[in-house]
Amino acid sequence: MSKDRVRVVVTGLGATTPVGGDVASSWSALLEGRSGIKTLTEDWVDTVPVKFAGPAAVDPATVIPRPEARRLDRAEQFALIAAREAWKDAGSPEVDPDRLGVVVGSGIGGITTILSAYDTFREKGWQRLSPFTVPMLMPNGPAGWIGLEFGATAGVHATVSACATGGEAVGYAIDMIRSGRADVVIAGGTEAAIHPLNIASFAAMRAMSTRNDEPERASRPFDKNRDGFVLGEGAGILVLESYEHAVARGARIYAEAAGVGYSADAHHIAQPEPSGEGVKKAIRRMLADSGLTGDDIKHVNAHATSTPAGDVVETVAIAETIGPHPLVTSTKSLTGHLLGGAGGIETVFTVKALHERIVPATANIDDLDDGVKVDVVYGEPRKLPEGRIAAVNNSFGFGGHNVAVAFVTL
Amino acid sequence: MALTEQEILAGLGKIINEITGIPAAEVTPEKSFVDDLDIDSLSMVEIAVAAQDEFGVEIPDDQLKNLKTVKDVINFIQS
Repeated sequence: MSKDRVRVVVTGLGATTPVGGDVASSWSALLEGRSGIKTLTEDWVDTVPVKFAGPAAVDPATVIPRPEARRLDRAEQFALIAAREAWKDAGSPEVDPDRLGVVVGSGIGGITTILSAYDTFREKGWQRLSPFTVPMLMPNGPAGWIGLEFGATAGVHATVSACATGGEAVGYAIDMIRSGRADVVIAGGTEAAIHPLNIASFAAMRAMSTRNDEPERASRPFDKNRDGFVLGEGAGILVLESYEHAVARGARIYAEAAGVGYSADAHHIAQPEPSGEGVKKAIRRMLADSGLTGDDIKHVNAHATSTPAGDVVETVAIAETIGPHPLVTSTKSLTGHLLGGAGGIETVFTVKALHERIVPATANIDDLDDGVKVDVVYGEPRKLPEGRIAAVNNSFGFGGHNVAVAFVTL
Repeated sequence: MALTEQEILAGLGKIINEITGIPAAEVTPEKSFVDDLDIDSLSMVEIAVAAQDEFGVEIPDDQLKNLKTVKDVINFIQS
């Protein structure tokens, strides 16, 4: 590890997920194995082949006052809720605005705004569109609103890389602090895409589980009978900070953000590269960037979405680069897949696992896939060892994006 | 049948509360939208469209920018 490089630490966590309205409730749901997946009751379910999803456990309308909510897309509402929690959790730091940044992305942006605005436009005309339609639909909207709320003027950015978005946002935030552009960065991912068009489009790719009779059992990463991902919604946001800044203000430090590795498959727009070469590259680059060895890494929050194609290859890539020893879990088994929000909430969960030294179990594994090459945690949560240990969050996205971010106990 | 100033004020208070969260009681004739109520130009567009529905009076964009206070809007609707 380079000696004079700026060290980056995690000082705040925030999340609103299908299993809880904040970090504490989401985390305890994961440890207790409570699923957030349920049958949808909207009128439109008859028009789509998938009739379940993971809606946010706490409706943002009950958290954000209506005058504020009506100018925010649902993805922006989730992002603000999680960012406020993370900021408060970090102790509401006093920071020079020019040293405060934001990196928050979403996979699709304000898709429900786009679709409902188009209905309004066709049925009632342009005059009836909310003047906030554009800031609601733009994918950088969540980052922009968070930047406004906390007065961040160092730079506000939005990564967009489908389901790798949240992970890449955290990576970019680490780079922002290391490069000296900011002392504190609010980073993560958000998504609000439970809409019939999205479900129909993912179903058209044959990417989603159709286990309509058992929604809670549908997201089953690493299980032989997995049949696709389950759509979830929400946001996960972290406060990242230079070690120096955090120590100077006496902040509680969860973990050090030790390094990040990115790669791209250049293989297929939506299918994972079958040998896992891209994933291996991202993990190897993360190891090189962080100075960690495979032995240091005791836990991986896998991207594993419960699709037949991806889960097993990821374990092969982990085994070859880190080793077969880390405790691997997929929290998507309980939350579903939050697309651009996934890397956000799963980074929060990775840091929680490290900080509390316990790994939540992957739910719904009845029959572990024979191809799995690592120690997957299922049945019950498992403890992590004492001492200095590291954990990694993997996030991959359509487009061939791969990102691995490493955290280490201080 | 023309609406009274009080009726229009009550209707505007309701609209402004709905759109901005400002208590209707704070919406009084002398208040400036920008300086007193901190309402931005995008929210003014929303208020104008809602007022059009409520009072049946269209407020064209080139008129809207001249309506600085609550009283200005009341006068416009009454004219």
